[in-house]
Amino acid sequence: MNPIFLILIFAVATTVGYFIIKNVPSLLHTPLMSGMNALSGITILGAIAAVGLSVTAARQQDVLPGQILGGLAVVAATVNVVGGFGVTHRMLKMFDKKKKEDKQP
Amino acid sequence: MTSTLYYIICAVLSVTVLLGISMMSKVKTAVWGNIISAISVFTGIVVTLLYNQIISVGSIYVYMLIGIIIGSTFAVRVKMIQMPQLVALLNGVGGLASALVGILTLLGVGQLVSDFPVFSDVTAVLAIVVGIVTLVGSLVAAGKLHRLLSQRPVIWKNHSVVLNLSLVLLAVSVIYAAFVGNIFGASTDVAIILLISIVVSALFGFAFSIRVGGADMPITISLLNSLSGVAGAIAGMAIGDILLVSVGGIVGASGLFLTQIMCRSMNRNLMDILTGKTTIKKSSSPVEEIKEKVSEKQPENRGNLSDGEILKAAKSVIIVPGYGMALAQAQHWVRQLADKLAANGADVRYAIHPVAGRMPGHMNVLLAEADVPYEQLYEMDAINGDFKNTDAVIVIGANDVLNPAARDAVGTPIYGMPVLNVDEAKEIFICNFDLNPGYAGVENPLYTKKSGVHLMLGDAKDSLSKMIDWLNDCD
Repeated sequence: MNPIFLILIFAVATTVGYFIIKNVPSLLHTPLMSGMNALSGITILGAIAAVGLSVTAARQQDVLPGQILGGLAVVAATVNVVGGFGVTHRMLKMFDKKKKEDKQP
Repeated sequence: MTSTLYYIICAVLSVTVLLGISMMSKVKTAVWGNIISAISVFTGIVVTLLYNQIISVGSIYVYMLIGIIIGSTFAVRVKMIQMPQLVALLNGVGGLASALVGILTLLGVGQLVSDFPVFSDVTAVLAIVVGIVTLVGSLVAAGKLHRLLSQRPVIWKNHSVVLNLSLVLLAVSVIYAAFVGNIFGASTDVAIILLISIVVSALFGFAFSIRVGGADMPITISLLNSLSGVAGAIAGMAIGDILLVSVGGIVGASGLFLTQIMCRSMNRNLMDILTGKTTIKKSSSPVEEIKEKVSEKQPENRGNLSDGEILKAAKSVIIVPGYGMALAQAQHWVRQLADKLAANGADVRYAIHPVAGRMPGHMNVLLAEADVPYEQLYEMDAINGDFKNTDAVIVIGANDVLNPAARDAVGTPIYGMPVLNVDEAKEIFICNFDLNPGYAGVENPLYTKKSGVHLMLGDAKDSLSKMIDWLNDCD
């Protein structure tokens, strides 16, 4: 992938993201933050690829560091993704729950 | 899977992530927004496995399973009050993952051969640096929030020297990465760069976050959140994965945006916090003048009503929660009191200052946990004009965010910080633990106001249950 292309994608994503996030009210800033937090675990893709390719590349000396470092990276990123989306879901449920309860009485 | 198809899928997933985030702007759609983002990441994982033809590598699933177990335990067990430190901790592990990907790239382990080795090496070192700074900074922040470390800012003698020197060293190691193999031969170069970048960025992360005090945490966490995204994006550049770059960029932007909001609402300059200017000037004179002004503002126009009668007579009430409410775990008592007041015919609303608590939106989450309907939660700007028409304000564990000194006391650290106009209300009940100045160290003139202020010191739960008793007695 051409570096210029990658930097361009970064610039576009940052700008578009910034304007979309501006619409989120401060009421939801904590869930927004933990949701973003979960998304930063997207590094899991890189970690998985590294672990997998270290095995399939058939270079014996790569397997061990790939499994140790890459494995640690996959574990860390998965904790980030699962933990992040999990708590975000819990919090958002809390906000939404009251909506229904309020309508009942 | 061809690379064209792969890029198309990555582009689509970037858009669905953005869609998910934009759905986070409304309470009703937010749950689905979060689920869409989660599905996008999951799809990304599957696509990565297919594209790299590594779906048969069993160990990946083992690692993921371990991560799922740890992550979901966190997600289920954490209490809402602990949310800031959990977010900090998760930021940290995200940073660690990005740094590890950077290390693997630099070592050339498990990578497709890059067409642009220099770009790849430089971004790999950058990913290591940003990732490790995020990891160590987040761990310190989480430690402070969890009270494992002192909340006070720790300032070393040569703090700025350490920070600047480590920045220079990091810059050198990043630049050096561009010449890997050209000077001393690849293997020694990589080892040196790895050593310098890891050790120095850990030092930098530690030095910068140890200096941040408790109340500046919302800003620090937002900033670390941004950094964890940026680390992911840079790691993506190193391995040439566009999904990492785009999603990481989005996260970086969001963290930066929240950091901006926090800085603005605290009247702090980001650079001041990063360079540790938590200087607390003791300037008593301007506050003294305001004290007089504030106490003169309201003539004694009430009879000899008891506090309970005043509260019972109130037809409109605004509750102002602060970090003290979180510390006392008093949000359920707040809800009970609000219910009593509402049963009494009062219109109850909550005024939320943007930096109340230890992370953006912290108060909203705590109140939501106590089943307070979110329609009753008002942002500062939406409710500030209403304080003057309000019969009673109940302050629970908040201080700086309602200190009128912020408006007039030139030279105090909080001067110019937007505050809630609590002092305009007719009657103010303050349930704070003590009368010490808040984090900013500026005395609150409200405490010495002669009329209309009812101080209820001690544990917020006790004060609140006392108020609930008053209302019961009156029935």
